[in-house]
Amino acid sequence: MGWTRKDLLAMRDLDASEILLLVDTAASLQEIATREIKKVPALRGKTVVNLFYEASTRTRTSFEIAGKWLSADVVNFAASGSSTAKGESFVDTAKNIAAMSPDVVVVRHSSSGAAALLARELPCSIVNAGDGTHEHPTQALLDLLTIREKKGHVEGLHVAIVGDIAHSRVARSNIHGMRKLGMTVTVAGPPTLIPPFVQELGVKVSHRLDDAIRDVDVIMMLRLQHERMAAGLIPSLREYSRYWGLSLDRLARHARPDVLIMHPGPVNRGVELSPEVADGPYSVILDQVAKGVAVRMGVLLLLAGSKGGNGA
Amino acid sequence: MSLLLQNGRVVDPANGLDAVQDVLLVEGRVERVGRRLEAPAGTEVLDVTGKVVCPGFIDVHVHLREPGYEYKETVATGTRAAAAGGFTAVACMANTHPVNDNGAVTDYILAKAKVEGVVRVYPIGAVTRGLKGEELAELAELAEAGCVAFSDDGRCVMNAGLYRRALEYTLPFGVPVVSHAEDTTLCHGWAMNEGVVSTEVGLPGAPAAAEDVMVARDILLAELTGAHVHIAHLSTAGAVRLVREGKSRGVRVTAEVTPHHLVLTEEAVRTYDPNTKMAPPLRTKRDTEALLEALADGTIDCIATDHAPHALAEKEGEFDRAAFGVVGLETAVSVLLDRVVGPGLLSLATLVARLSRDPARLFGLPGGSLAPGAPADVTVLDLDRRVTIEPARFRSKSRNTPFASWQLTGAPALTIVAGGVVRP
Repeated sequence: MGWTRKDLLAMRDLDASEILLLVDTAASLQEIATREIKKVPALRGKTVVNLFYEASTRTRTSFEIAGKWLSADVVNFAASGSSTAKGESFVDTAKNIAAMSPDVVVVRHSSSGAAALLARELPCSIVNAGDGTHEHPTQALLDLLTIREKKGHVEGLHVAIVGDIAHSRVARSNIHGMRKLGMTVTVAGPPTLIPPFVQELGVKVSHRLDDAIRDVDVIMMLRLQHERMAAGLIPSLREYSRYWGLSLDRLARHARPDVLIMHPGPVNRGVELSPEVADGPYSVILDQVAKGVAVRMGVLLLLAGSKGGNGA
Repeated sequence: MSLLLQNGRVVDPANGLDAVQDVLLVEGRVERVGRRLEAPAGTEVLDVTGKVVCPGFIDVHVHLREPGYEYKETVATGTRAAAAGGFTAVACMANTHPVNDNGAVTDYILAKAKVEGVVRVYPIGAVTRGLKGEELAELAELAEAGCVAFSDDGRCVMNAGLYRRALEYTLPFGVPVVSHAEDTTLCHGWAMNEGVVSTEVGLPGAPAAAEDVMVARDILLAELTGAHVHIAHLSTAGAVRLVREGKSRGVRVTAEVTPHHLVLTEEAVRTYDPNTKMAPPLRTKRDTEALLEALADGTIDCIATDHAPHALAEKEGEFDRAAFGVVGLETAVSVLLDRVVGPGLLSLATLVARLSRDPARLFGLPGGSLAPGAPADVTVLDLDRRVTIEPARFRSKSRNTPFASWQLTGAPALTIVAGGVVRP
């Protein structure tokens, strides 16, 4: 079946076949990265605007490269130093950009629902590149692609997502995506970092790292933001690292030997991950980044290439 | 000047009346209610056959925004919205600019109401100076100027010791103190109810406990001081339980509920429509069920809209940055008739009582009854009229309603203040 949506806003909206279409499309585009000339004409004449209201290096660069490899014209709009500094509202800025007829707007914003707001207001396709603590669907898709390539399949696998679940859009998107593809998900962290009623999303909850990582196929560590201490959610980085940091020793004692270690980045080395784990043999963190470009090519292709595009 | 309302179904809970009768209004007072009344010479006669004639509805919780925020609402537009919605009187909150924390501001509001208002306006004075929660406002002067209650509504007086003193100091004035019950330390930066929906949509939540903790505190302070504490916009099943328990022990605690908390839940927030954002937030189905039950059994004493107008720019962007509050004056009656009385969750007579007799009693206001000598404030309802909520047609300056495009059966037909039909 084909892709019918105008926008990609949330993994919660998608059914399993749509998720698989996105992942399969991304998988088929990976080989472009290995070519000497990394460019296909699929989106020639299409315009992609990266509208980033939050600092981002990895995701913005990833979308930019994805667009360029597909021959789209990619324009980056960073909120600082632009009209937003002059008091223009988010919706007004977006409408102004829409008036320049882009085909796709990729948006990152600190407010949950910002991508849905744009999708309602603008006629072009919207890709959610992270909205507040809501969702980050392309991250979940690249995580799924990474897991499938490393493990050969995804259904039946058990994933532990560890850390600040409450404030993580990556966790939310992955929970929805993984559950829809038949995976088991455990979220783990101190109770102050676990969002209320998260079990109702079909996940297990653990408050002990050693238990959470036992017998799982994948461990996904989340970044801990330093603000969480000021908010009274954890006592100190030292204590967090001691009880929730993943060390080689801990892995050796409790995890399976073939476990995958993932992290959406950027890593706080020495806080949630020890450097030996981040750089170690279990880690697929850089594979995730590489697959991110393929996933974003797939998303752009399905959204912008569907109307008269000439394929990859 | 006299007016005869002929052949309507008169629903007057204060006098135990529900029958087809005539209502004669003379010189601003109810003259008589009875069958086939003679109209004195010069009386205007209105045939209201098939309609429901009630004591004028009183909304004890609105924000008229004047002085200071005239771009959102004014006394003129807010009272027209009230009249269009079937309300003959409103009590307006103190969070204007400047704050209504001294007699001069109260005087200004009353003067505006006299010149530009089309329904009765009762100012509510601030509890603390500037709504800062730090020192008492000039409460005696506010009472003398005509404030019918005190409230820092919009903010919670977090300092329990100061609130206790406010409750004591205002005892001689015989007016309620209205609590905006929200423990801000339990819900820093919130945008919606804390629960499974807030987890999914990724918005910071305010737990029901943030309201319940303060309702419990305020009931204990009412008990300590003997003051009348009125809980504004009650929204949780837990707070209902606490109020019920306080009342059973004889504590002078009363409560109101808004139409939106009765008929909407947190599920509405999934759209990220800023018109579903208000304080307190929309809660769960379990809460709405408890609120309806409490409204029926009298644990919740009255319905108030918490009419909170905001300009479009404050309500159209990112959800977490949008202003709190929704307008309610022009939608309340239709929403309540269609969604609460229609399905049989509340009788018509109880609804009328909760909108007229009971708020008048709680706040010591004239009206709420069609007894001879009562003010000639009357609301006439058309239970059969089908309406579509069209914000563009509101008399209010603002359009921030969660009920846009709702199709409802039942609407206000006439609003009569002091014996005269108001044509907003």
